[in-house]
Amino acid sequence: MYSEDNLLPLSALQHLLFCERQCALIHIEQQWDENVLTVEGKGMHKRSDQSQTESRGNIRLARGVWLKCLRLGLTGRADLVEFHRIDSPGEGVALANISGRWRPFPVEDKHGRPKKDLMDKVQLCGQALCLEEMLNVRIASGALFYGKTRHRLDVVFDDDLRSQTEKAARRLRQLLASGATPPAVYEKKCDSCSLYEQCRPKLLQQNNASVWLTRMIREAVV
Amino acid sequence: MKKLLNTLYVTTQGAYLCHEGESVLVNVEKETRLRLPIHALSGIVCFGQVACSQPLMGLCGERGVALTYLSERGQFLARVHGPVSGNVLLRREQYRRAENPGHAVQIARNMVIGKMMNCRTVLQRVLRDHGEKQDKETLEPVVRRLGRLTNEAEREENMEILRGLEGNAANEYFSVFNNMITAQKDYFSFQCRSRRPPLDAVNALLSFVYTLLVHDAVSALEGVGLDPQMGFLHALRPGRPSLALDLMEEFRSCLADRLVLSLINLRQIDAKGFQKTESGAVLMNDETRKTVLVSYQKRKQEDILHPFLEETVPFGLLLHIQALLLARHLRGDMDAYPPFIWR
Ligand code: SF4
Repeated sequence: MYSEDNLLPLSALQHLLFCERQCALIHIEQQWDENVLTVEGKGMHKRSDQSQTESRGNIRLARGVWLKCLRLGLTGRADLVEFHRIDSPGEGVALANISGRWRPFPVEDKHGRPKKDLMDKVQLCGQALCLEEMLNVRIASGALFYGKTRHRLDVVFDDDLRSQTEKAARRLRQLLASGATPPAVYEKKCDSCSLYEQCRPKLLQQNNASVWLTRMIREAVV
Repeated sequence: MKKLLNTLYVTTQGAYLCHEGESVLVNVEKETRLRLPIHALSGIVCFGQVACSQPLMGLCGERGVALTYLSERGQFLARVHGPVSGNVLLRREQYRRAENPGHAVQIARNMVIGKMMNCRTVLQRVLRDHGEKQDKETLEPVVRRLGRLTNEAEREENMEILRGLEGNAANEYFSVFNNMITAQKDYFSFQCRSRRPPLDAVNALLSFVYTLLVHDAVSALEGVGLDPQMGFLHALRPGRPSLALDLMEEFRSCLADRLVLSLINLRQIDAKGFQKTESGAVLMNDETRKTVLVSYQKRKQEDILHPFLEETVPFGLLLHIQALLLARHLRGDMDAYPPFIWR
């Protein structure tokens, strides 16, 4: 169990899975591209500090839900958690100010399109693990909503995804505790990386600043 | 590449700045004179009697927009600082290296080399573009001596001697500065550097542009998470942004000095824009100051090939890039700090 003041951001899981260097640049070095910052900033403003709930028949929509999981040491906010009304009395959770039993169902908005790798699913699963601990309930599935394709992808929190998520949380803690940023290795994914400018993977692989400077001096001063 | 954002310079006395949503408003006598989106700005510099609302200060802190107050004459007064962010581990590494003489000298040395080479290039360009016979005789030996000083600096392991070499280079360079003034020579003449206060118009111009450069260097360093006060080449002194002063050494000649020279040589400013006070200090008037600010901003938009990155970037981003390269070196990504070498 981690203490409340030693929690790591849920959002870091997807950075970690995309690239450990990117994750370190953002969460250790606090370097981020202005674009990322503005996008995240705007998102934050839209959500505001208040969580909001609305009802749509048998679905309650809770936006901007604060999340934490002391077991994995994670914290963050969910865009949206839907609560679906269910009939079976022994299942789901009770909600304040409203009768009945409800099944939590996290939904996360993504700007892009569905990705081949696991990172969006892991982040969503992280949210589910938080909700499970907070509400003391088992959550079977959630959904990712992709803005580009306007496509809603259901995600089942099976054992494999759960263990991937827990593994990522452990690795995240190790990485951030080390305080060291892994070296850059240029790969194809770098071309779509929002921290490319800060990282400059091609340049840093050469690691040749002193050789370069000597050459510059020799060329200029004979 | 990161976008070059504008700096808003407010010189109108009595102006009041506030914000409405995402816009920064400049009000003068209850009338909104200017409205700019905050995301288009990297900094706001207020000269003299300019007030800012507290919410605007908060917004600037939140968005990393540097908000600086200078006196009407351009002396630094204060800066508004948002919550400290950035990488505390990087800063700790910066302190460690600054305190380790062997490490500090490696970084300082490359900065000095950059400075010397750029001074040299400025002189070489003058020779190439319009070197009269008489100039040739004065400038060429200085170019040679700057080359020799560069070679000496390259091998120097001792910080004090390195500082001495840097001082020699500056003297060499300023000894021929007057030769680079080719117009309005009766008024704009340069004997030696005088700072506090500047005793002639050329010095007044140099000091003013250097202040702008310090401001930009401080923001660039803060932007990459370095502490602008903890320098390598410049000794530490409370209140002095030593690292910012280190970082701007490479840029004084090729950015600031050339700007001052072209303002004079192209007759964009003249003697009427200056005034000598009783104490002997020379001040520039509002209009001249505005002319300088506008051409400084323009110069920052000009593209230049970054020699190490081998990429074309606006001049105004160079400080940011150098700050980034320094941070990279401190973190161990690069074996040395590559200074900006102007070509
Ligand atoms: S550019 Fe490549 S190596 Fe660098 S942070 Fe991005 S993905 Fe990682």
